[in-house]
Amino acid sequence: MTRRVLRRLLPVAVLVVLAILPKLGFGLGALLPGTLSSPGTLQLLAVCLIFAGVALSYDLLFGFTGLLSFGHALYFAAGVYVSDVAITKWQWSFWQACLVTAAVGIVLPLVVGFISLRTSGIAFAMVTLAFAQAGAILVQKNPHSWTGGDEGLGYDYQQVPAAFVGVFNTRNLYWLALGYAVAVVLVVAWAVRSSPGHVWQAIRENERRVEVLGLPTRRYKLLAFVLASLLATAGGVVYMLTVNGADPSLTTPDFTLMLLVMVVLGGSGTLAGPVLGGALYWYADQRLIAVGGSHTIQSLPGVLRTPLSQPLFILGTLFVLAVFFLPRGLAGIGAGERPGLGGLRRLEASLRGARQGA
Amino acid sequence: MSTFVLLTITGLGLGAMYFLVASGLSLIYGLMGVLNFAHGAFLTVGAYAAWFAESKLTGISSVGLRFVVAALVGLAAGGVFAGLVELVLVRPLYLRHIEQVLVTVGLSLATVALVQGIWGSDSRTFATPGWFAGTTDLAGTHIPNDRWLDIGAALLVLGGMKAFLRYTRYGLVIRAGVENRAMVTALGIDVRRAFTLVFVIGGVAAALAGVLSGVYFTSITPGRGTSLLIFAFIVVVIGGLGSITGSAVASAVVGLSQQYVNYYSSGLGDLSVVLLLALVLLARPATLAGRTA
Amino acid sequence: MASLLEIRDLHVHLGGSHVLQGVSFDVPEGGVTALLGRNGVGKTTTLRAVLGLVPREGSVRFAGVAIEREPTHKIVRRGIGYVPEDRDVFAGLTVRENLELAERNGSARYDLVHRLFPELHERAGQRAGTLSGGQQQMVAIARALLNPNALLLIDEPTKGLAPALVSDVASALARVAESETVLLVEQNLGVVRRLASAIVVLDQGRVVHTGTAADLDDAVLVNRLLGAGHAGAAA
Repeated sequence: MTRRVLRRLLPVAVLVVLAILPKLGFGLGALLPGTLSSPGTLQLLAVCLIFAGVALSYDLLFGFTGLLSFGHALYFAAGVYVSDVAITKWQWSFWQACLVTAAVGIVLPLVVGFISLRTSGIAFAMVTLAFAQAGAILVQKNPHSWTGGDEGLGYDYQQVPAAFVGVFNTRNLYWLALGYAVAVVLVVAWAVRSSPGHVWQAIRENERRVEVLGLPTRRYKLLAFVLASLLATAGGVVYMLTVNGADPSLTTPDFTLMLLVMVVLGGSGTLAGPVLGGALYWYADQRLIAVGGSHTIQSLPGVLRTPLSQPLFILGTLFVLAVFFLPRGLAGIGAGERPGLGGLRRLEASLRGARQGA
Repeated sequence: MSTFVLLTITGLGLGAMYFLVASGLSLIYGLMGVLNFAHGAFLTVGAYAAWFAESKLTGISSVGLRFVVAALVGLAAGGVFAGLVELVLVRPLYLRHIEQVLVTVGLSLATVALVQGIWGSDSRTFATPGWFAGTTDLAGTHIPNDRWLDIGAALLVLGGMKAFLRYTRYGLVIRAGVENRAMVTALGIDVRRAFTLVFVIGGVAAALAGVLSGVYFTSITPGRGTSLLIFAFIVVVIGGLGSITGSAVASAVVGLSQQYVNYYSSGLGDLSVVLLLALVLLARPATLAGRTA
Repeated sequence: MASLLEIRDLHVHLGGSHVLQGVSFDVPEGGVTALLGRNGVGKTTTLRAVLGLVPREGSVRFAGVAIEREPTHKIVRRGIGYVPEDRDVFAGLTVRENLELAERNGSARYDLVHRLFPELHERAGQRAGTLSGGQQQMVAIARALLNPNALLLIDEPTKGLAPALVSDVASALARVAESETVLLVEQNLGVVRRLASAIVVLDQGRVVHTGTAADLDDAVLVNRLLGAGHAGAAA
């Protein structure tokens, strides 16, 4: 009984701590670039939270529905670029920009998903990769000088609500990012427990059995696809505000692979896993760069110094090790039975019940 | 007309490089069901090993000979690296396809980062024989000679692979395994040796692509493997998994369309390839997962 | 008489269902043991489980040696031949290549195979995918006979074949059974009566009857175990 209460309380406690973080004035030594209330640290933590949310949105596809997409970066990048271009190049108001970004966030995955989901498995992964690549090319081509091509795009702060502009308001951006992450967790938690959510998990287990039950699996997959992409697009808008602009590195397949690493390291198919993975990965990536340039590392012999000063080398190696030794990710440490395995059975039971009742 | 000829030869040259990467990918996926993201890393390792060897072979005065020896070193490096990857990382995860893909992803990230760490992210140049930089006249246009090298290499590899598959025992095992891996084991054959072999072959071909890309683009970069890998994936999907001939044809089609569309529409070549992939997959929505395991 | 194959408490789970629920039986050395049962009771799965082609729990001993931990190719090399239910010939390979693939240690009995199936010798260069069903069946059987095995696992060899071919196949199998032990899954009771010395009947993933071929003369028993209207064409 106490254990269940504690498990319910833990996320709330974490949330409270995260919420009051910017009010705390102390630092954590080398773990952070500054004190907890400094803009540098808050921006770092904000981006960690954003990626926590985006990683969870990716896992909705991968871990819960069993769809391996290599193009999730496209929707995140769409969120970043469309909002940025609307504000900066088209001089729209912030709310108009949000509206059009939301519209893109729904229509784009609807179209891409409709086409991609005609395939499955590896072919699906390849098609999503191709579409993401098309997006990356489009950004690079810099049509009408909108996207800024290779150099990325800044943003026009005058169109953005004052609360989010300026170094002093990094706190507000942090809270916005926290709000985003919480929103994603709530939405995903609610979605996987809903009846479409049960279907998604059943599809992941054994799609053919679900089809045999008479359910239009493609429609359900499309729903998951659009929802996951929309959540990522929203994250993109928050990201654009937080880092003050757009950057083409977000459109690369490397970025989607990064999401995959986040999700797997954290623990796919759980709520806490991708959140942990997303936040920790970004944190590690940023801090490893800083640590890599530090005196301790630089004074190591070349053989050690070279790999250790490359964050992607460390992360890539950790990833490989995780696949071997920690297949359920960090969230899997100490966890019990793998969640979601009864999805198919539950679905069949509920359908049987529905038929008998009808 | 002369522009067309130039575009055609260039497109085929580019397609040649795609083929070198795609052929190995196609065999690996066809036989083992593994989507090998590390294939780009094989290319990078081969390219940098060749470049490194060339910089050390100062004892050889002939540029041409030095290049050839360095290239051979690169090929060997690619093959050995690929074989080790299969033995150490892929084989222990037999039948766990998702984990195998993930491991190749991690390896790819780590390898590129390591290469970047050692040699920096700026591009490096090969010292190449003068002939490569020269041109040949054909149909009134000047064709850079390295295109011939690419096309020639690809044709050689294509011929070699097909002969290997047709006339050797391992080739027979691989051809059968691509169709039905379980039945091959039920005949008492240890397919795992074929797996390692296919990885090594793929590694050597990818390394060759790496060396040739160094000539084609006049430099090598740590990210070259990854960017070529995407096109190779597209080629493999269009050409049909497990089919060498399919990869060859698809590589040519992709290379050519890229060049033609780029020229006649000022820069949409890459986009057209993506469109081509989407069209092929819609016309032929076979699930590429679900190999008879 | 020693048991060539001993299966104890075999369990197999496939796609969420418990296909084999503790199958146990012996295959005595010599002669043909028929594995019978209605469609879907797990006969094919049993053969595949012996070879390790599906994940399973339980014990399998071949010639007294426990083989359940060995990989498929090692199990096969102990002297087991396999003719799968769907033939599984390699469509892209020629008939000759299909047979070549099955060669083990240079002790291939091509003369035997060509004597039993002269048509295969004529069509050696033909792609197996262009063969008729019956011809593909011949390739599948020839493949299993190429090497001298101690045990043959044969899954519905006469399925979908014309009656004349059924008779040919049964004759070939009878000849083979003189020197090799056979575990035969077969729905055609006529063939079973002709070839089998012992029978094992499965139902819903369990062994429900073991006996001799004479049991098949008991119509009541046959009806109960295998269902009415069972194919009893004389072979």
